[in-house]
Amino acid sequence: MAAAQDGSQADYALLLREIVPLIRAVAAHHHRTPDRIDDVVQDVLLTLHRIRHTYDPARPFVPWLAAVARRRSIDALRRQFRTNAMEIRDDTSYETFTDPLANREREGREAADALAAALAALPRGQREALELVKLREMSLIEASAVSGQSVGGLKVNVHRAIKALRAKLKGR
Amino acid sequence: MSEPIDDLIDKLAAESGRVRRLASPMTRAAIWLLAVGTLSALAVFSFADLPLFISRMGDAKLQLEVAGIFLTGIAAIVAAFHLSLPDRSSGWALLPLPPLALWIGSSGYSCWRQWIQYGPEGWSLGESADCFRMILGVSIPLAAALLLALAKAKPLNSVPVAAVGGLGVAAIAALLLQFFHPFDVTFMDLGIHVVAVGLVIFGSAASSRFIRQPDPQASRG
Repeated sequence: MAAAQDGSQADYALLLREIVPLIRAVAAHHHRTPDRIDDVVQDVLLTLHRIRHTYDPARPFVPWLAAVARRRSIDALRRQFRTNAMEIRDDTSYETFTDPLANREREGREAADALAAALAALPRGQREALELVKLREMSLIEASAVSGQSVGGLKVNVHRAIKALRAKLKGR
Repeated sequence: MSEPIDDLIDKLAAESGRVRRLASPMTRAAIWLLAVGTLSALAVFSFADLPLFISRMGDAKLQLEVAGIFLTGIAAIVAAFHLSLPDRSSGWALLPLPPLALWIGSSGYSCWRQWIQYGPEGWSLGESADCFRMILGVSIPLAAALLLALAKAKPLNSVPVAAVGGLGVAAIAALLLQFFHPFDVTFMDLGIHVVAVGLVIFGSAASSRFIRQPDPQASRG
């Protein structure tokens, strides 16, 4: 540490690598998950970097380091308790991901709700034509027999229904 | 070792350079006390009624009280500089307690003597408002200067550091008060003094956020 205070970057990097297991051991006393222990190790390294000028080479290094690690580890534990006491977690409420494909399930549900609402708003003839021809995949003759609409009327109604849905759902 | 930790170590090593080591806490406390002592001496020699103070100091009770205040100030400032370092024992916070007991004990005895001598008047408000103003007025700039000096150590547990430092500056203010306040105190005066010292300690502890280490989220930006 004394060499690091004097500006030796190589000694400093070596020292920081060598002390990581000790910091990890101190953090493991207070924290359970590897992620949290890693967070504490990083915080202790940053803290040590900021206060390295306070180390007195005439005094032993390990108690100094252990005191810094213990203090920051306990601080992290307190922050965790505070957060848990003040906040309610709902992992799904605002969940979204940078990868658009990862959001497909949630957005798919929302899109289905919007489509159902738009379908319900269509005139009866158009909705019936669309359901029979496009959703149930009947032939025009079968759909004509079921609905009583002519084949030509079904074609027109399907076309108008799709046009109306496009206009309604545009921009989603 | 995980990759982020390895990267962090490389980054810290790359941006590290020669640092100026902090002087020992005793040296830093001595320099701070010397600076404040010099300014205080200038103020006392310029404005205080020294002959009156010297004549009052013939009373052994007042000698004990002034010794208690003086030692509380010195001990609390020394303790604050020690506490600001991570590897120093938290037992340093106890250092000012014996002289503080002497201060409170001798002041209390003085009030009791006043009460016996003057009866109900021993409970009256004497020069308390001026004392209150002087303790706060002297303590606030001193506390700011002390917190600035303590901030160089970037204390990990800043509240006890600032609170003990607050006791130190309040004691220094109370010591200066002895030169400008040549009266025996009543119980009410003592109560006001205690409130003023308590306010300084509380205010200093509340200001400790300015000298503490940042939270990890803040420091990583």
